[in-house]
Amino acid sequence: MASLDRVKVLVLGDSGVGKSSLVHLLCQNQVLGNPSWTVGCSVDVRVHDYKEGTPEERTYYIELWDVGGSVGCASSVKSTRAVFYNSVNGIILVHDLTNKKSSQNLYRWSLEALNRDLVPTGVLVTNGDYDREQFADNQIPLLVIGTKLDQINETKRHEVLTRTAFLAEDFNAEEINLVIEKRYFLREGNQIPGLPDRKRFGGGTLKSLHYD
Amino acid sequence: MSFLVDSSIMFTSQIFFFGFGWLFFMHQLFKDYEVRQYVVQVIFSVTFAFSCTMFELIIFEILGVLNSSSRYFHWKMNLFIILLILVFMVPFYTGYFIVSNIRLLHKQRLLFSCLLWLTFMYFFWKLGDPFPILSPKHGILSIEQLISRVGVIGVTLMALLSGFGAVNCPYTYMSYFLRNVTEADILTLERRLLQTMDMIISKKKRMAVARRTIFQRGEVHEKPSGFWGMIRSVTVSVPGSENLTLIQQEVDALEELSRQLFLETADLYATKERIEYSKTFKGKYFNFLGYFFSIYCVWKIFMATINIIFDRVGKTDPVTRGIEITVNYLGIQFDVKFWSQHISFILVGIIIVTSIRGLLITLTKFFYAISSSKSSNVIVLLLAQIMGMYFVSSVLLIRMSMPLEYRTIITEVLGELQFNFYHRWFDVIFLVSALSSILFLYLAHKQAPEKHMTP
Repeated sequence: MASLDRVKVLVLGDSGVGKSSLVHLLCQNQVLGNPSWTVGCSVDVRVHDYKEGTPEERTYYIELWDVGGSVGCASSVKSTRAVFYNSVNGIILVHDLTNKKSSQNLYRWSLEALNRDLVPTGVLVTNGDYDREQFADNQIPLLVIGTKLDQINETKRHEVLTRTAFLAEDFNAEEINLVIEKRYFLREGNQIPGLPDRKRFGGGTLKSLHYD
Repeated sequence: MSFLVDSSIMFTSQIFFFGFGWLFFMHQLFKDYEVRQYVVQVIFSVTFAFSCTMFELIIFEILGVLNSSSRYFHWKMNLFIILLILVFMVPFYTGYFIVSNIRLLHKQRLLFSCLLWLTFMYFFWKLGDPFPILSPKHGILSIEQLISRVGVIGVTLMALLSGFGAVNCPYTYMSYFLRNVTEADILTLERRLLQTMDMIISKKKRMAVARRTIFQRGEVHEKPSGFWGMIRSVTVSVPGSENLTLIQQEVDALEELSRQLFLETADLYATKERIEYSKTFKGKYFNFLGYFFSIYCVWKIFMATINIIFDRVGKTDPVTRGIEITVNYLGIQFDVKFWSQHISFILVGIIIVTSIRGLLITLTKFFYAISSSKSSNVIVLLLAQIMGMYFVSSVLLIRMSMPLEYRTIITEVLGELQFNFYHRWFDVIFLVSALSSILFLYLAHKQAPEKHMTP
């Protein structure tokens, strides 16, 4: 057990976008049957074989910290949430493809999470406006996931996907668009690509995955 | 000619109110959501616009603006439209959106929403039976029947809100009730929270590893099927899965604990902020206001009790009473007619503005607390319904605060309602609400510091 190192990944996003379903999917390889509101933070653990099949193979525990709440709530709740943002190795930003506001709020979510680490260096961000400079020297890998792809009409899919591609580029993050459906399935968990495994991500490549 | 001018004035003001309701909806209520059904936004703004127009007509009545007959006409029309909205449109659309959320009934949405609306009408009608609100000489579908029932619901809401508000306001303003919270308290709680999260993580790690080993051996131990398989599974159980259920139960308990710790920490942060705020100038001002409001609240409760016990309803309004007192006892002579008009305008104006503002703020708070992305449409419609009923009954009750000569139009338009009943009903519900809020706040206040005093 001692050889399994800790990797802490935050899962952030607006209320109701599907973070708990996503975390449940990644860790238990099952679809969450009855999602309910997350109060505070719920954690789940995924065992991941880094560089599987090579001599450098190591097994890591990836802790997915699913932080609940909305980005505009009382500052007392924000201060309480800040206690979860310590020593983070990666951030997954989740937004709902059917709700434009949730993707706009991602900027504020990432600022909230990253500011926690910027404060010791004396950089004080006073306004919540998005500024690409702030993400330029960000060392923490970001992944943007868009959910509920199946609920968008076939005709509108293209424009939605192009909009989210711009979003991912702005963050300098990699992007995945998913469908988390309520059908039972059984899948080998190791095949999910793009999970943060301590490498830096670059570019804005677009991937569309379906779990059938 | 003057009728046209008056109507155009009314119309422009209605457009203005509509725009205000629209902006409020977009920027306050639906801040975090995307508006997909514009019907909801339109209905909300329309309800708001027509409610505000009613208040505007009262103000015009006092100030004597516009022609008297056109005022009367607009009153009737406005009332008619608002009743139409509150009794027909909003309940129907609420039912429609509720039904749309349920997947099973998606195909026959219209049918089921009509059914829902009919059940609503049935209960709405039944509401009028136990109350002595009408004389039987009115027809079935007259305005009086509808208004009386809407009035009952609205007055109940008003009394509940103002009872709770009267007690809660001094409680939040005054710093006497603030619990003492130090940095150390918060840090201890945060540490406990993180420790609980770590414990959850270590248990989940064990579960994940156990699941992986089971899965890797999984081909052999498949889920037993058939009759003999069931018998076998009773005696020979896979050891891994037993451990898993045990650990899962521990994890559930720990997760519940972490949720509670999170809420407590948020509570402590909020209290600490309030302590900081109370040291500022604004905080001190509110603290002083709090004392003033607590006296006002006690006086109101006292008056409500007196009214109920001695079964009296105030005959004169505060404006005339005040003027009488100043003229008779203090001997100050001034032009009664002129001043009574202006003072009642100011008084009624203040009442209207504060009640609109208070209601909108309360509605926004409720909306943030209970809405989710699925139910936001339904909740906004319910809020629009509450808002409309609230404003209609405000008109009923505001009649008491106006001098006699201005009351006539409300009495004329609303018909022969038993206004005294509504005031009595308001007093009763206000008393009940205020007393139970005091009890509730007392219990909540008692329970909280004991939790933090345990080492």
